[in-house]
Amino acid sequence: MNLIASSALALLVAVSAAFADDAALDRRVMELAAELRCLVCQNQSLAESNAGLAVDLRNQIREQLARGASEREVVDFMVARYGDFVLYRPPLKASTFLLWFGPFVLLIAGTYVLVRRVRRQRKMNGQLSEADRLRAEQLLKE
Amino acid sequence: MRLAWVGIIFIALVSLLAVGLRLDPREVPSPLIGKPAPHFELPVLQQPDKRFSERDLRGKVWILNVWASWCVACRDEHPVLLEFSKSAAAPLYGLNYKDQRDDALGWLKRFGDPYRLSAFDLDGRIGIDYGVYGVPETYVIDKRGVIRYKRIGPVTGELVRDKLIPLLNELDRE
Repeated sequence: MNLIASSALALLVAVSAAFADDAALDRRVMELAAELRCLVCQNQSLAESNAGLAVDLRNQIREQLARGASEREVVDFMVARYGDFVLYRPPLKASTFLLWFGPFVLLIAGTYVLVRRVRRQRKMNGQLSEADRLRAEQLLKE
Repeated sequence: MRLAWVGIIFIALVSLLAVGLRLDPREVPSPLIGKPAPHFELPVLQQPDKRFSERDLRGKVWILNVWASWCVACRDEHPVLLEFSKSAAAPLYGLNYKDQRDDALGWLKRFGDPYRLSAFDLDGRIGIDYGVYGVPETYVIDKRGVIRYKRIGPVTGELVRDKLIPLLNELDRE
């Protein structure tokens, strides 16, 4: 009786451990899939998409992670086949320079134009020509 | 003067958008160009006991076309491939992608078979190695087994004339 109980317990522990492992793997798969673009339906991630290819690629991710590959290795696997485009966070390199720094360049240019304009206007406010001043005085007297 | 600036910026923006609209977001540059064609060894569609590998074609310039019977755009492309296969510019091989054997064979029977043979990639695993995501896709592979060109989407008569034939001629001379 004791034997049955303990083996049942052992089985339970093993099964729940397997489930826990599975759940942890599932989470890793989904986390990684959320970082990768589905190429068939380009505005969805691999995690969100139900396209056939997305399912296949999720299975690939799962298989590789289960085999002990790191997240980095799986990402490299995808990039080697589909290019940087699969990444939702593009890497910083020569071809993506504009993508990364373009907005800041625009911001700086915009700020420069704005500052210049405000300064110029301020300067004009302070400098009233003699003729204008006399005219204004006259108008006020009337 | 100020008006001129506004005009220039406006025109620049409009042309930027015009170019952007014309670009096809589905055409993702393949990282496989200039790399060796990924290795595969797959059963032949028509003869399941025979196997076909990209290594069988070392020393030849050839074309690999990924197709499936469920792929609608493949049907549009098909007459072009049939025409091309008659031209003998380069041997054309098929990669039957995630298809059922009977469906694939029926499709070839119905529409004609432009391929020397088709490799049968049932689970799409080789497709993943080749970065396939929008069937049909077409690869030009050179004598050293390096991928030199990839087309995503149907091959058109224009593409064959303006791009494939000149490229094949060039690669033949290499």
